[in-house]
Formats: sequence, structure tokens, C-alpha cells
Amino acid sequence: MSKAVSALNGATWSDGIATVTEAPLQGMITLRGDLTSRAVIKAATGAAGLKMPAQGMAGCEGERGICWMSPDEVLVLCAYGDVTGTLEKMHKVLGDAHALAVDVSDARAMFRVAGKGARDVMAKLAPVDVRPAAFEAGMFRRTRMAQVPAAFWMREDGTFHVICFRSNAQYMFDLLKVAAQTGSGVGYF
Amino acid sequence: MSTRLTTGGRLLNRDAPTRFTFNGTPLKGFEGDTLASALLANDHVLVGRSFKYHRPRGIVASGVEEPNALVNLGGEGTFEPNQRATTTELFDGLTSTSQNHWPSLEFDVGAINSKLARFMPAGFYYKMFIHPRPLWKHVYEPFIRHAAGLGQAPKGRDADTYEHFHAFCDVLVVGGGIAGLTAARAAAVSGADVLVLEQTAHWGGRAPVDGGTVNGAPVDKVVDELLSELSDMENVTLRTRTMGAGVYDHGYVLGYERLRDHAPAAQGPRHRLWRIRAKHVITATGALERPLSFAGNDIPGVMLASAVRDYVINFSVSPGDRTVVVTNNDDAYRTALAMKQAGLSVPVILDARVPPADSPLMAEVKEAGIRVLMGHGVARVLGGKRVTGVAVCAQAGEGAVLEEIACDTVAMSGGWSPVVHLWSHCGGKLLWDNDFAMFRPDVDKAPTGADGRAFVSPAGSANGHFGLAEILGDAHAKGRAAARAAGFEPGKVKAPDGESPTEAPMAPVWLMPQGAGIALRSKAWLDYQNDVKVSDVQLAAQEGFESVEHAKRYTTLGMATDQGKLSNINGLAILSDALDQPIPQTGTTTFRPPYTPISMGAIGGEARGEVFQPIRRTPMHDWHAENGADFEPVGQWRRPYAYPRSGESVHDAVMRETRNVRENLGLLDASTLGKIVVKGADAGRFLDMLYTNMMSTLKPGKCRYGLMCGENGFLIDDGVVARIDDDTFLCHTTTGGAERIHGHMEEWLQTEWWDWKVHVANVTEQYAQVAVVGPNARKALEALGGLDVSREALGFMEWVDGTLGGFACRVYRISFSGELSYEIAVRASEGQAFWDALMVVGDTLGVMPYGTEALHILRAEKGFIMIGDETDGTVIPQDLGLHWALSKKKDDYLGKRAHLRSHMADPTRWKLVGLETTDGATLPDGAYAVADGVNENGQRNMQGRVTSSYHSPNLNKGIAMGLVLNGPDRMGEEIAFPGTDGKTYAARIVSAVFYDPEGKKQDV
Repeated sequence: MSKAVSALNGATWSDGIATVTEAPLQGMITLRGDLTSRAVIKAATGAAGLKMPAQGMAGCEGERGICWMSPDEVLVLCAYGDVTGTLEKMHKVLGDAHALAVDVSDARAMFRVAGKGARDVMAKLAPVDVRPAAFEAGMFRRTRMAQVPAAFWMREDGTFHVICFRSNAQYMFDLLKVAAQTGSGVGYF
Repeated sequence: MSTRLTTGGRLLNRDAPTRFTFNGTPLKGFEGDTLASALLANDHVLVGRSFKYHRPRGIVASGVEEPNALVNLGGEGTFEPNQRATTTELFDGLTSTSQNHWPSLEFDVGAINSKLARFMPAGFYYKMFIHPRPLWKHVYEPFIRHAAGLGQAPKGRDADTYEHFHAFCDVLVVGGGIAGLTAARAAAVSGADVLVLEQTAHWGGRAPVDGGTVNGAPVDKVVDELLSELSDMENVTLRTRTMGAGVYDHGYVLGYERLRDHAPAAQGPRHRLWRIRAKHVITATGALERPLSFAGNDIPGVMLASAVRDYVINFSVSPGDRTVVVTNNDDAYRTALAMKQAGLSVPVILDARVPPADSPLMAEVKEAGIRVLMGHGVARVLGGKRVTGVAVCAQAGEGAVLEEIACDTVAMSGGWSPVVHLWSHCGGKLLWDNDFAMFRPDVDKAPTGADGRAFVSPAGSANGHFGLAEILGDAHAKGRAAARAAGFEPGKVKAPDGESPTEAPMAPVWLMPQGAGIALRSKAWLDYQNDVKVSDVQLAAQEGFESVEHAKRYTTLGMATDQGKLSNINGLAILSDALDQPIPQTGTTTFRPPYTPISMGAIGGEARGEVFQPIRRTPMHDWHAENGADFEPVGQWRRPYAYPRSGESVHDAVMRETRNVRENLGLLDASTLGKIVVKGADAGRFLDMLYTNMMSTLKPGKCRYGLMCGENGFLIDDGVVARIDDDTFLCHTTTGGAERIHGHMEEWLQTEWWDWKVHVANVTEQYAQVAVVGPNARKALEALGGLDVSREALGFMEWVDGTLGGFACRVYRISFSGELSYEIAVRASEGQAFWDALMVVGDTLGVMPYGTEALHILRAEKGFIMIGDETDGTVIPQDLGLHWALSKKKDDYLGKRAHLRSHMADPTRWKLVGLETTDGATLPDGAYAVADGVNENGQRNMQGRVTSSYHSPNLNKGIAMGLVLNGPDRMGEEIAFPGTDGKTYAARIVSAVFYDPEGKKQDV
């Protein structure tokens, strides 16, 4: 059914030093538990078809991925339409293990920040070291951007993927536009 | 007069003439000028009036330390007061006006204060305006506010944008003078990431003006070479027009970049606040020259000696044809030489010292034919709005005039003070240096990081070194040490070899002449901006202000925009002398960030306009807006308060919506309510601790209303808990409580019950939740179809998963209105579609959306409490008659112990009751009920207060809830509530449940 819409219906903007695009709906599952336990590892890796990420990292391939959120939490990414099935599988693998797997796909909005000024834009809004030597593809930060909680990671092509709460989608989009305004390149990276 | 010279000007681009205005007069300058140099080039020496006496004020300095040349810049949308002309780069079209004068700069009525100076000593305002008390508010304060103050506040909205930038580096160098650049190079060869901040638009600091050689080459050439070498290094970032504003814990430094102040036509933000994390910080912030305290040292034309030569060499501006130099050190001799080289006259150098032999600079000056009077000083400066000459005296005497010398500029130098501000911001200590009569950084007591090691190093003249050789040696060593501190192996690179003339020792001169009498002392200014004189500080000391911090506030010495950059050391030397104690014993006032004022815009960064604050929107937000919602803020959310129709008042809309819920069908967007999943073998045990009532006994499929108290027993939240399965619960919180309660749960789980098997997740935004409420609610859901929502299948306080109209959903049969009610959660992404579907099936059922005010009235009619209305952080469940929700079976829960304390168990705590006005009027919200008599403060005694009050359209009268002394025992009694509208409302104490007390309507 086509009833499901992302928060900003795919809004996009490219009149500045970076391109900002709201990504289509993305399947996201919060998995909390002992990240060293076999069941939790199996649930995550089985769902994503990828290895467990190290601290501060995100392993992604296409729409699938596993992002390290905290010492007892990962975010499992999958296609939006696959969430229910993936969650069922994860619950089966987890069995009686002490863990929580829950669908948060609709609780979030996701943006892509691309282009030459992308690092500038991120550094303006998040207290994160995004120097090329310090922040590379595959790295993940759970942080804040201006006044709201956010997390982001970078893909191989240098594009930043930003997630925030769905209710903050418009704020985040406006924020990214302000930070990417023409003439605001910093020239630090 | 001051004028532009025909040749020279190190920083000028004479091919680029630039037009600007000052007080409406069109003037010309060149690209590269500062506003100050351009004003001087146009013979504008008088640029403002002082704060208290409205004395004429001229340009004193050439940099950030300038206390006088403060101007209003720009117009509508770009207006900014208190901008230093000395740090304002000239651009075509710049408009500036002078400040603090009326009616004009040349003729200022307030200057009468100067004649009354005898009657306006230190602490004048405190002494004069304290009695009689009422006059302060109505007469004195408005008058002083009108008379005082420098610039005007901007009236228009700021047209510019601003931003923050988070930067990380290994070594941060603050200051792009020769010391900063040398330190940066020494650090950078190690491979460390180095960031260099320079507050001006130019590199090299004072070195190109003051001269000297490095490795045999002129220092200005060496600056260029260093710059090109650093520019080529990939690990080095150089930023001009960026001031190091403050140093904070953990290597955190604020930089203030002015991107477009000099180029307002450019695109992009105006200022950028750099939020820097550096592993090590080098403060190469240079030094500031001190004025000398002699009578008339505030008359326009009296300038710092270094500034005088800056204007000549950098901007090819002659501040005057005849310049008298007065000094206590060798450095000012450079000014005499610079003037001479520019073809200007130096009638005399008055040197307060009597050295045994001539230093190289003295010999050079004498060779140039300049008259030097040793052991002499200025008795007083002649002139009013402009210097016309100086009266010369012996420094050792009391000011007997030996001769008068005509001049139009006085170049003074009282020695140099290292800029220790940034060093001091985070706790770096200072040492008194007797040789140079200055405070310098105590490198053994540096600001320390979390590891206890120093994270700031001072370098060059900021570290109290003045010869070029010492400056470069220090800077080089500090650069290498900083690289090592940041974890790098310093590279092999030789220290540059500086050479500059040997200087004779300076002599501290805090008052000129040293025996100056009261007449001279009350014309010897310490603080130009705040009109503080030597006599004021002496008076403060006499009156007992012994602490330097107290003396500062009493006299206003070192306050306002310049924060005493020129006046501090001179002022505390005078204070020390008056207290008869050594200067280090008096100490300095505290150096606080920012180094110079930074714009409010830069501090706010991007947070303005649309992104001033996050506004959280539900999935149906746009629909609400399109359908006329009148929004109210609830936390960061915007929730519809009501949906007024065309021509309908908000109040009427609320009444209509409230009635419609009881009569037909209402829809409420309840998505904002918090939803927290709690899962694990110990989830029930955990919730039993968090809620006052028992949650572990709840059966899957059932819901229970719960109360949460904090450790102190006060109510912090409430909501409905649904048990999903044996070890999973879903806890609803209030809208404002979602993040707070989630954090509360995590805190207990992480700090106290870390071994309990419980995980929590905040899934508030995963769901769009719609309350479908009213007698037609079931019909609406049946019309959607897909789920049996009959009383038998889904009883009151039960929930079920299923689909409605094709939407996967969870339906809770709960009611906050007392009506038949379902709360339905669907995926947030489908929220709007589901709402649309409900509006369609509701069309024939009398559906209307309703807002938060109708929600409030409906719950108040039922006597349901609202967190934040009936509670305010001081209310416990017992106050609200919620004893039934306090489990007696549980050994413990958060708040249980607190409830046993004497004040919590006090039977005289005000208790919740309903209130009904005797005439049907609506009680004012928050009104207090008065009792007989007065308390110990003479205030009227109180016996209760209104917590919620509404007009109920369903009962057609005012209804209210309130907390009243012994309220539940006083049913039927009338009490009085005086309103702020002058009326007194009589209300009867009744049950808080006004509507359907049996609860039949919700259970059908």
C-alpha cells in the first residue's frame, strides 16, 4: 500500500554548498542487548547480512546495515517493506535471550547531505571531529545537531546520512539549508 | 592637524579609494584603512564623548585596546553600536556616527558634567541616588538611563546570518604575529594539525612596524617567508579576522571570525563562532602599551606612542605635525624616529628616567637631532578639544612648569603589558615582573587539563619577552613543546635568530609628575571610557575599597566594552600605592572571556528565524494547519488548541468541539503522548518501583492508569500502561514527559538497578495516535472495519492489535474524557492517511477534530487530574485524593519513603476538590482563596488555590478544581477567591467529578 509517506515526502534542496535530500522511508530496528552475546550478534548480523560493527562504526550495504549506537545498542537497517519480516526473524533468533528489538522506522527521518561542502555543513551543526583523517566512510556518530538529537554516518561516496526524530524533520531540513547557504564554505577540510 | 601623507602606507592600496561617512559627512579613505586611520586622515581627531563627564574623546590606540573611538556602524538591519574604529576595516559605503553626545559631537550639553566633576567623585551614583527610595525607580533611574550608555540599541531586525563551526586541531595558536607564526612553524614541522588565528586582517603583528632582523633579514620579509611556508603546509590552517575570544576547560577555545564586516556585499554569514577543541593552545597574543597618568592625558591628540607610529607606517597618516613623545622606556623612541623619517617634527622627548648612559635607541634619536629631556615629564596637556601643547615639568617634582612646548600630538608610553587574558581565562596564574613593571604568565601555574598537565603555553611578548631574539626563541620552544604535548615528535628545525637593539631598563611611572597634587590628579585619567581618574581610585581606597574587585565596581575602572585593556595596570598601581602595599599583593581583577566583545548574532549562530528553536510536528501537523488549527506550544511540540471555523472565535470553537465530543464524535491527535517500551524478565518489578501502583499484576491485553513520583514523593508524571506480553509493557507518558521519563528510567537502570534484566526504548514517534471519542466512536471504527471493537470483544481498559480499514494498528480502549473512547496507534508514516480515513467514515457521524482545550475541559468535567495543572512539583498523590493508586502491597516504590515524612503526612496539606461558583461564572485560573487574618509577614492568610478552571459547555457553568485546606471535609462550604480583575468570586466546595460520576458513559 502507498499510504506510508516520509516526513517531508522526499524534499530536496541544492542551492548552496551542499545538496540536502530527505531520503525515502528506511527500515530501522533498535536492538538492545549484550552486544557480545551470540544471540544478539546473530540476530543483528542475520537480519542485515553484515558483520557487527566496531564501536563508533556503521557497516552498510544498500539499504541494509548495522550501526553502533551505544555499548548495548545497535541500529539494524533494512528495506522499509522488510521490517516486519526482519523483526520476526530477529525475535526467533533471540528466543529467550535478554534483548529488545523494536521497529523505529517511522519514528525517524533520514537525510542525505552530499557535495563539496558536506563536511562543512556537518561541522557547523554537530560537535564532531569530521576532519577527513578523523571521520571516514563507515564511521557513525550519535550526537546532536544544533538543538536536536541526531546520528550520522558517511558512505563511501562521501555522502553523509543523517537521522533524526520524525517530528524534527522540518527543523533538520531547514537547519541543513541554513548551514549550507551560499558563501558559507569554511575551507577548513 | 592630522592628515594623510603623500607616500608610504604599508597596508594601504592607494589605487582603491574608498568612500564613507562619519556623522553624515562624506569622507574618503583607501582600501586597507581602518575607520580610525581614515578618520585621522580626514582630520577627525575628536570622535566621541566620554561616558560620565561627556569629555571630548579622540583616538588613543590603533587596535583592540581602543577605549574611545567607539562608533555606531551601519543602518537599518545592519546597525551595530560600540564598534571600535581601530578594528573596523574601511569599505566603500561604510556609514558611521559618533556616540554619547547631545545635541552634537562638537557641542555637547552633557559636558557640563565635566565642570561638576568635583561633585561627581567615585561612587557618585551610589551616594547620590540612594535616597529617598521611591525616587530611584521613577526619577533617577529613567534619567540616568537616558544620560548614560554609549551606543544605542539596534531597533531593526538583524539582516545578517551567523553560524557556528566545530573545529578540532592538535595545536591552536592564538595570534598571528611573529611569535605566533614562529611557534606555528615549530609545531607544524612535527606533522601536527595546526590552526592559527589572527584577529586582524594582517599577519606579523607589530614586528613589521617595530623592526629588527631575523637571521640577518628584515623582519617584515621574514614574516612573508614564514607565511608562504605555512601556507604550503597541508597540516596548517591560517585564519585572519578571527579572534581567539576565550579559553575554557578541556582545550575548548572560542574563535570569533568576522567574515563580511569588511565586505558587506559578499554572500554568506556575517560572523562565524569557531568552537575549537585543541590538544594544546599557544597564546601568542602580544602585549598592549600602557598610557601614562598625567593631567589632561585624555585630551584628543594624546595617543599611545605605538599607535602614533602605526598610523604613520601602516596607513601613512600623520596624527599631527608636531609630536611630543613622553615615555618611561626605550620603545617610544621608535615613534620619534618614525615621525622624523616621515618628515614630521618631534620637538622633544620627555623621558621620566635618568639613565647612566645612552642606550642605542637614545643615541640614534639624538643623532637624528631630536631634543631629549631626561628626568622630565608632562605637568599637564594644553588644549580642550585638541592638544595645543604640553607644560613640561620634572618627573621628581610636584608639577612646577619649566616650559611650555607647542604640539598637536602627544605620544605617550608607560611600558608594555603582556596580553595575559587568554592565559588567565582558564586559571593560568600571573607573576609580577619588577624589571618591566608588569604581570606575566607564571608558566609553572598553567591552566591544566583533565590529566593535570598544562594545556596552554604563552609565547613571545604575551609571555613577557620583548627583544626579538627572546621572542623568537620563546616562540620556537613553545611550538615544539606544544607539538610534543599533542603527541607528536617535534621535527628538526632551527630556531630563528632574532636581533633588535638592546634597550635600557624601563622605570615604572604610575603618576606624572610623581608628586602631583590633587588638581593635577583629578585631571589625570586612568580609564578614558568610564571617566575614572587617579583621584577617584585614591578616594575609593580611602573609603575602604581595598579589594581590587570592589574598587573596580565602585569606581567603574576597567568596566564596559574595553574591560580596562589600557587602564587596569595603571589603576591597580595607584590603588596599591594608596593602600601602601606592593602591586602583586593587590593583584588583578579577573580576566573573563570574551577578549573583546563578540556579536550576539555569533553566539546565537544559526538559531534564528525558522530554526530559532525546533518545532516538533506530528504526522498530521500540516492537516491541522490547513484546517485552521490555532496551535499552542506543548514542550517543543505544536498542538492544535482548537480548530476555529471561519468567523468563529477560538472560545466558541472550544465550546463547539467540547459539546460535539459528548454528543457525536471527536478526533484528537494524541501522537505527542510519550510511548516507552519496557521489556525484560524484570520489567514488572521495574515498573512496580517506578509507579506508585502495582503494574506487575497487570494481565497481557489489559491497561492500567499509573502515577509516578520522584524520590522526594512529588508527582512527576502519569499515564496508561499496557501489558503487551509477559515481559513487555508499553508506558504512556504525558507529552512533555516522554524524554524526561525515558531519561528517568535509563538513569535508574544504569545507576541503581544495573543488574536488572530490563531494556527500554522510546518509541513515541513510531506511532501516530488518534483518540476517537464520543457516543459514535464505535460506529466509526465499525465503518472502517477489520476489527471487532464491541464491548464484549474489547472491554474498557483493554487493548488489541489488528487492522482497521486496512491499517495495521493497536487499539486501546481508554478514556480521558469519560466518553466511549478508543486510542488508536498506527505507523507514523500512515498517520495522515488514517486520519483522513477517520474523517471520511465520521462524516455521517458528526465527526469534528478537537484540540487540547476541549481535551482539558472534558477531563476537568470528569475530575481527571492533569500533570502540570493539578501538580506543580510540590504536589503528592495524597493531595489529589489518589490514595487508591498508592499500593500498600508493595515493599517499596519511588516516593514511598518520602510520603512518610512529617510534612508529607501532614493532615493540613491542601487537598483536591471541585469548585463551583455560586453564579456560574468561571473562576480565574490560579486564584487564591483567602482566609481570616494575616501571617507573620503581614500578608493575608490563604486557604487554597485554583488549579484548573474552565467554562463547561456541557454543564453550562464554570467548573474548577483546586487545592483547599481540609477541602474534602468541607463539602458545600463557600470560600472567596479575589481575582486580579478587582472582583471577588464566591465558590462552593463540591466533588471534583462534575459529569457522569458513575462512569457509565465510558463503559458502554
